[in-house]
Amino acid sequence: MDSIATDNPFTEEQERALIALAGAIIPANSAYAVPGTDDPLIAADILATAKRHADAVSAALDREDRLAIARHGAKFVDLDAAARQSQIERANQPGSGDDAEDELDRARFRGQRAMLSIIAQCYYRDDRVMRSLDMEPRSPFPEGFEVEEGDWSLLEPVRRRGKVYRDAPR
Amino acid sequence: MADAVDVLIVGAGASGAAVAWSLAETRMRIVCLEQGDWMNPLRYPSTGRDWEARAFGDMSISPNRRRRDTDYPVNDANSPIAVANFNAVGGSTILYAGHFPRFHPSDFRVKTLDGVADDWPIDYDTLEPFYAENDRMMGTSGLDGDPAYPPKHAPMPPVPLGKSGQTLAKGFNQLGWHWWPSDTAIATQPYDGRDRCINLGACGSGCAQGAKASTDITYWPHAVRAGVEVRTRCRVREITVNDEGMASGVTYYDEEGVEHFQAAQVVIVACNGVGTPRLLLNSTSGKFPNGLANSSGLVGKNLMFHPYASIQGVFEEPMDGYKGPGVCIWSQEFYETDAERGFVRGYTYEIHRGRGPVATALTGLHSGRIPLGEGHHEAYRRMFNRVTGMVGICEDLPEEHNTVTLDPELEDAHGIPAPKIDYTLSENSRRMLDHAVARGTEVLRAAGAVDIITEAPIAAGGWHLMGTARMGTDPQRSVVNEWGRAHDVRNLFIVDGSIFVTSAGVNPTRTIQALALYVADSMKKRLANLFD
Ligand SMILES: Cc1cc2nc3c(=O)[nH]c(=O)nc-3n(C[C@H](O)[C@H](O)[C@H](O)COP(=O)(O)OP(=O)(O)OC[C@H]3O[C@@H](n4cnc5c(N)ncnc54)[C@H](O)[C@@H]3O)c2cc1C
Repeated sequence: MDSIATDNPFTEEQERALIALAGAIIPANSAYAVPGTDDPLIAADILATAKRHADAVSAALDREDRLAIARHGAKFVDLDAAARQSQIERANQPGSGDDAEDELDRARFRGQRAMLSIIAQCYYRDDRVMRSLDMEPRSPFPEGFEVEEGDWSLLEPVRRRGKVYRDAPR
Repeated sequence: MADAVDVLIVGAGASGAAVAWSLAETRMRIVCLEQGDWMNPLRYPSTGRDWEARAFGDMSISPNRRRRDTDYPVNDANSPIAVANFNAVGGSTILYAGHFPRFHPSDFRVKTLDGVADDWPIDYDTLEPFYAENDRMMGTSGLDGDPAYPPKHAPMPPVPLGKSGQTLAKGFNQLGWHWWPSDTAIATQPYDGRDRCINLGACGSGCAQGAKASTDITYWPHAVRAGVEVRTRCRVREITVNDEGMASGVTYYDEEGVEHFQAAQVVIVACNGVGTPRLLLNSTSGKFPNGLANSSGLVGKNLMFHPYASIQGVFEEPMDGYKGPGVCIWSQEFYETDAERGFVRGYTYEIHRGRGPVATALTGLHSGRIPLGEGHHEAYRRMFNRVTGMVGICEDLPEEHNTVTLDPELEDAHGIPAPKIDYTLSENSRRMLDHAVARGTEVLRAAGAVDIITEAPIAAGGWHLMGTARMGTDPQRSVVNEWGRAHDVRNLFIVDGSIFVTSAGVNPTRTIQALALYVADSMKKRLANLFD
């Protein structure tokens, strides 16, 4: 059978790894009634966005795999939930393990910037997440927002002090 | 060959728009060539749910990240500060924040007052009527009586203080330091066909409401009605010269990539502090082997950026967050030189209200304040709507080794060499940044901040592009004369930030436009003998 042309730069395994990684970075939380980043709607948004940054995302996934293999002998996607979580949370304190792993951690954290940006962009525009933050799930335009005028009498001491600029010769 | 036009302007941004409008009353035939498009405000990010995401993509401030067909790449690998711009009718004002300060009288006399750099060949009083005219055309808002300035008048009242402004105002008051509502290029009332600001919070990606004064909706409609022709998607490759060494016109590519020549009696360059030296350096000929108007060797030298310090506080109380224009209040407590501080010249603080949900997450994740994993949500909520702070805009002094040159390899889609930036932060700037971070931290603490996040210089913050074709009376030490005409080419004018002699410690656009109006006025007064 002829192969079907596709614009998807990721393999199925990379897609699963990306969702697993995202879900470990921002997990669901019942106290705040928010889904995790592996929620199907958010995950679909992440996958669509990640395609535009395929190189950076693939590199970040590779690094996760190298770290998982070094530590557990398995790729990231094949780790159980607890192991994934602990690998992700290690990045919160780089510098705590042995040298080789530390180096990988630091490289990983740098490589993650593009990935974190994609994850944050998609997560923080989800209706459920916005509502949990007391935001209306809508675009800013056309309704806009209210900003209070504020207390202009705060300027009194500045007025009392007077001129603060230098005169200059012509 | 197209018929010669009287005036050909390259670039339809802040300065190109102002000069076109001012010259239109002469009834000369004026054409502006712009590589970008007219923007459609209904497609600006704030009209969609992905408004923050698009600031990382097609509306990014970085041309290298944005990569629209209308952009050209910039090699800024050898600079700690990356170039930010936008290429369209309106130029970089499409994305600018709308902070709209004037220079001060002392900014034009830095050599006389502080013994550094050079004095300008003009002074504050020369520009004052043009500042006022520009304020009317752009529609500025502000509060009269700022003690950091000579008297000036804003046509509209200031943007609201909001929670962020009030909180930081109290911090400044506690320390006894100057602050004042910012002058802004944002309509707080309906103005000249534009609607008032409704606090969309997305000024930096284009204002869908039309409250922010980008020149596509201020000057350009007036200029076009007065007969100026704007040709979009026209990228100028070089300015040509005739046997007398006068500019004869330009060679440009249209949307289809077809090369054209447009003859002109007068050429005005308005491509900004990077685009202008790029175009001049690419305009070589037997008479001008080192680039047009470059007998001084100063085209592309003395690049100034304004190193920025970002000082943000995390508060326990809610701030304005994602609501409201980024502009708010400013402080010029440390503006004028004080030798005790260990640096010359000074800086302005501009208070930014807050940030959206995505930007909050990224600030927290990248600074380590918001962890990956289980702790994410609790830490996020400690920051969401609770971050506010300021930037310190430091005066950058001109140094010849800070340059825009032509990259030997990188090219745009038409094969025109890309600009290459070589820039180092001076010791004076470094000290000023450190001072801005330290004093800014004091203000935030006084205002009640429980945590401080800083970045200095802001790596992405090369949004002010100045000094690369400086103005002066000495042809050996400057590129244009005291009214914007190239010393070497008597029918070539430059009106953008390239002609700045020094940068002052404030955002430049109000001064760029006042200068463009002043140059236009100087031309109009000399029409009979413009080339003498
Ligand atoms: C993110 C951001 C925030 C900013 N915030 C502020 C602020 O708050 N306050 C402030 O005062 N300033 C701010 N600025 C800076 C402000 O936008 C610029 O100072 C101002 O727009 C410069 O005006 P200009 O006419 O020199 O150039 P621009 O406005 O940049 O216009 C130059 C135009 O020339 C065109 N051009 C260039 N080369 C060619 C060519 N070869 N052929 C055809 N066309 C060409 C470009 O496409 C562009 O449209 C900000 C800028 C950015 C990017």
